[in-house]
Amino acid sequence: MTLAIALFDNFWVLLTVKLLAVVLVLIGFSLVIIYAELKIMAHMQARIGPWFAGGRYGWAQPLADALKFLQKEDLVPLEADSPVFRIAPAVSLMSTVAVFVIVPFSPTLIAEDLDLGVFYALAVGSIGTLGVLMAGWSSANKYSLMGGLRAAAQLIAYELPMVLAAAAVVVQAGTMSMAGIVDAQGPDALFTIPGTDIGLPFVMVGQIVAFVIFMIAALAELSRIPFDMPIAESELVFGYLTEYSGIRFTMFFLAEYAGMFAMSAIATTLFLGGWYFPGLNPSVFGPAVMMAKVSLLVFVMIWVRVTWPRLREDQLQSAAWRYLIPLALGNILVTAVLKVVL
Amino acid sequence: MTGFDPTLAMHHSETQVSVELQTPDMTLNLGPQHPSTHGVLRLVAKVDGEKVEEIEPVIGYMHRGYEKLAEVRTYPQITALVNRIDWVSGFCNEIAFVTAAERLMGLEVPGRAQYIRLILTEMTRISSHLLFLSSYPLELGAATPMMLAVRDRERVLDLIEGVTGGRFHPNFNRLGGVKPAAGGGATQKKLAQDLPAGFLQDTRDAMVHVLGVCDEIDGLITGNEIFWERTRGVGVIPADKAMEFGVSGPNLRGSGVRFDLRKVEDYLPYGDFDWEVPAGTEGDCYDRYLVRMEEVRQSVSIVLQAIDKIPSGPLQAKVPRVIKVPTGEIYVRAENPKGEMGYHIVSQGGRVPYRVKIRSASYSNLSILPWLLKGALVPDIIAIMGSLDFVLGDVDR
Repeated sequence: MTLAIALFDNFWVLLTVKLLAVVLVLIGFSLVIIYAELKIMAHMQARIGPWFAGGRYGWAQPLADALKFLQKEDLVPLEADSPVFRIAPAVSLMSTVAVFVIVPFSPTLIAEDLDLGVFYALAVGSIGTLGVLMAGWSSANKYSLMGGLRAAAQLIAYELPMVLAAAAVVVQAGTMSMAGIVDAQGPDALFTIPGTDIGLPFVMVGQIVAFVIFMIAALAELSRIPFDMPIAESELVFGYLTEYSGIRFTMFFLAEYAGMFAMSAIATTLFLGGWYFPGLNPSVFGPAVMMAKVSLLVFVMIWVRVTWPRLREDQLQSAAWRYLIPLALGNILVTAVLKVVL
Repeated sequence: MTGFDPTLAMHHSETQVSVELQTPDMTLNLGPQHPSTHGVLRLVAKVDGEKVEEIEPVIGYMHRGYEKLAEVRTYPQITALVNRIDWVSGFCNEIAFVTAAERLMGLEVPGRAQYIRLILTEMTRISSHLLFLSSYPLELGAATPMMLAVRDRERVLDLIEGVTGGRFHPNFNRLGGVKPAAGGGATQKKLAQDLPAGFLQDTRDAMVHVLGVCDEIDGLITGNEIFWERTRGVGVIPADKAMEFGVSGPNLRGSGVRFDLRKVEDYLPYGDFDWEVPAGTEGDCYDRYLVRMEEVRQSVSIVLQAIDKIPSGPLQAKVPRVIKVPTGEIYVRAENPKGEMGYHIVSQGGRVPYRVKIRSASYSNLSILPWLLKGALVPDIIAIMGSLDFVLGDVDR
């Protein structure tokens, strides 16, 4: 017992445990999201989807896919810039994993409650695009190059609205700490249902615009339909992923789905009240509440993918700069004024 | 001591500071292996960033020499060949050819055979257009319409298969009628195989599903803002340009020209039915999409009317056992799902044609691509190419 406590007092041991936990949760939940997407898409499209792998409802399909990818040869094109080509998937996956450090699953279950949590999440999250750009640039393939450049151009379009949308929440909450933001929607809520002490999430008290902008930008960051121009399989074959195979492709693949989880977790924390649900003890039910809210957002993302076609790169730019950024700025203005007045 | 030369002392970058940075155009090679080229079309595009400066289609990867092959085959054998020209509308390809040969021979096709031909032609048109309605949104990134359209296209293909025995390549037409009375003579006296039992009722049911899937796709895509952004005002073909390039079929009608060979020519009894020729106004990708959507509905209407009116009678006119086509020359054209399909047959009185010139719709429709894609963006290449709805088998023959 004392040994265990001593072990957990050690910084390095604790760090390793935390990292392992984050990575395992991440991979586990990504597999769940992949399965959910296969199944939900199938049912929305009058198909059955995975059925045989695992014996029942094809539950083992993501595992089977992962195993298959692991067996594939890891090809590096002869002309490719080999070191960059090899590092790129890791950069992409790393940025997604790093976001999980500040995601609060309950008042105590948080890897590291940084004072600049929101800032950190947005900054680290956009490193992923660097990985995409590296992949596109180093592949020695014109389609990959165009895909990578599109991803870079996309970054310019969505990053500002996303940051501005989050900034409005920060203004309203008065803190950048993720735990603090959840507190401001739950136990220490600024706005409650009159007569009770039930806190309202920010999406219900004025930040609906910011929420929508954030989700649009999140879809763009994740390169998912309707913003999957960097991949655009009907135009660019497979965009920056064209030359990737085997484990490196899997890392990009995982990064996309872990990214869905990460962006949904951030959005849940910022707008939906994180682990807080009135009447449920957060230290027991916190993680479950959080997962339920995250799943809801993930479902919306899948739903959007099934429903909509893809935009063009210039149309995303014009939508972002002409509508989303002014809207987000106006939203900050209104939030700030109301914050002072109320 | 040598003199000081200031130009040598300057770093070479300073001497070039006034030179404008040159960004050479990139040559992007789309295809012949590419997800969106409908087969083996190759496009060599000079792109400046994502903007297309110049584009050149390279065709011929699928050339099978059907015109030459037709010179060494008897007329009944050629119907098996022409099936494979535009493989998503195999049945329609046969119609113009057999009609041309029949006219040279002076054969009168019985009414029931004509109606069966007409019903199957329209069902093939429905299946071809449903394929467009599935692949076009997919090329723009929407995956769901594909699943829905293909699901109900399968019902139509099943029916075609039930009658003809082939899903894609029916090879069902015979000179003077339809299978099985091929060759006439003794076979005609045998029990003539007619439409399968229940075919007419099954077709009615399938048509309900086809209309249903059209509404579903309408609800998903037609009013979608993103779909509008991608297709409206993109790839505009003015009516005069369309005619200059010999564009035909739904692509021509999308530009506002109400020209449909089913109304103009009389190769099948289309005059018996009440139907309209849909046409667009702008000539952009969206109009071409809408025209095809409406054509499916019109075809459904034609099929339903034809089922009600189908006469009884023989399936086959009396034809000699050895088919010899009299000397002569004829051009017969028909409205294929992709546009005008025509055969120019020159006969010197033998069992094989002297020469068959095939005018296929996709070949002419494709010819507008270099003009149309100039100045487009790379994503628009796909949007425009998809909206022209060509089949490479139809281009290369």
